[in-house]
Amino acid sequence: MPTVTIIDYGIGNLLSVARAFEHCGANIVLTDDPVKITGADYLVLPGVGAFADGMSGLTECRLVEPIKIFAAKERPFLGICLGMQLMLDESDEFGANEGLGLIPGKVVAIPTVGSDGLPHKIPHIGWNEITRPESTSWQNTILQETPEGTPFYFVHSFTAVPSQQEHRLADCSYNGTMISAAVKNGNLYGCQFHPEKSGIAGLNIVSRFLNL
Amino acid sequence: MASNIRVISRLDIKGPNLIKGINFEGLRKLGDPNQFARDYYEQGIDEIIYIDIVASLYERSSLLNIVRRTTLDVFIPITVGGGIRSVDDAREMLRAGADKVAVNTAAVKNPELIHDISQKFGAQCMVLSIEAKRTAPGKWEVYYDNGREKSGIDVLEWAQRGCELGAGEILLTSVDMEGTGRGFDCELTSAVSRAVPIPVIASGGLGTTDDFEKIVKAGQADAVAIAGALHYKKLTVRDIRFEALKRGIHVRKEALCQQ
Repeated sequence: MPTVTIIDYGIGNLLSVARAFEHCGANIVLTDDPVKITGADYLVLPGVGAFADGMSGLTECRLVEPIKIFAAKERPFLGICLGMQLMLDESDEFGANEGLGLIPGKVVAIPTVGSDGLPHKIPHIGWNEITRPESTSWQNTILQETPEGTPFYFVHSFTAVPSQQEHRLADCSYNGTMISAAVKNGNLYGCQFHPEKSGIAGLNIVSRFLNL
Repeated sequence: MASNIRVISRLDIKGPNLIKGINFEGLRKLGDPNQFARDYYEQGIDEIIYIDIVASLYERSSLLNIVRRTTLDVFIPITVGGGIRSVDDAREMLRAGADKVAVNTAAVKNPELIHDISQKFGAQCMVLSIEAKRTAPGKWEVYYDNGREKSGIDVLEWAQRGCELGAGEILLTSVDMEGTGRGFDCELTSAVSRAVPIPVIASGGLGTTDDFEKIVKAGQADAVAIAGALHYKKLTVRDIRFEALKRGIHVRKEALCQQ
């Protein structure tokens, strides 16, 4: 039975994430202990809310370096929602903020108008279908068993913009605006959507992650 | 392409029971809320909202238990409201497994609470619940305490203020239509939806799939909360999805969650 270490840094609803991984057969360790984090088999960084709060939570718990050390080992890592955004280099949210730098690129606000020029609602809340960028393969990734066009639950006002196409694992369109739905750099994964809140489709991704 | 309209089941709770009334009165016990929630999840509902309509401190533990049990086998977003009076109350609900909290009475009495919850947990977590009663053509007044008390506040002004204070979503219930199954107050929903840049969940009145179409097309709802029509099995989630797609409304197409 795989053991999944979920980083508890005072941000967000960890219970749902823990329950989804337990449901898929994992043992769960919820921790802010740097030693447990660097030594994890599988590491999950959840989180909701603002980028700056997330980074200051990680900094206060002295977890930035341990996460980078873990990431360098190429063990499976999954950032969820804000956790994915924190994987990038920086964010524009309420002034410039430095991220973990695990994926080159930055985090920007979703434009308040759609591609048709009409205003649309922010946050982007709801179930949205993910698509596969043309040059990307989902073989041997957490999306291996996910049919293209499967809807997942999103809730966010900011979006990651990876600077390298190769790190875009999945996209979705919010009224014509391209949203980076999932990113991948080796064994480091990020999902903008919530796999723990996306029904069976989300649980399938969790299961795939546990088989990496 | 327009985004998918969310189909939400709303479960009003009293103590350990799912209940339903008409215009917030004449409450009937319908059963175990966890069983209903699980059933709607399996039918493919997009989200679940629990509202504790009594929300006494005494009964808080049964609401927390319902939420905790839900997260064991229901893997979709859960919003919880009723009796949330402080940031600590909100934290307790989130710790029990809620993804968002809906705040009504306490926000009317202390609007800064919207700001505090939003700052602490993020705007996506802070749902402003508004109970609206029509007072004149094109005018609605904010009610609280489950439609029992009037505030003297104009609904459109309150929605805008709530949004400025950091609400990420509005749950808009028509006190006039709630529990009637005679359709939504489309004019109300449309007025609020146009007045704020955040998503609006329409609640109160759905009886048929025609009502669903009207509240989306004329009412400009971003999400639709359904209670009695599902609880009394007049409609299934599948009926609503099927009819919505037939009428050109985007909803989540995924087949149902079987497990």
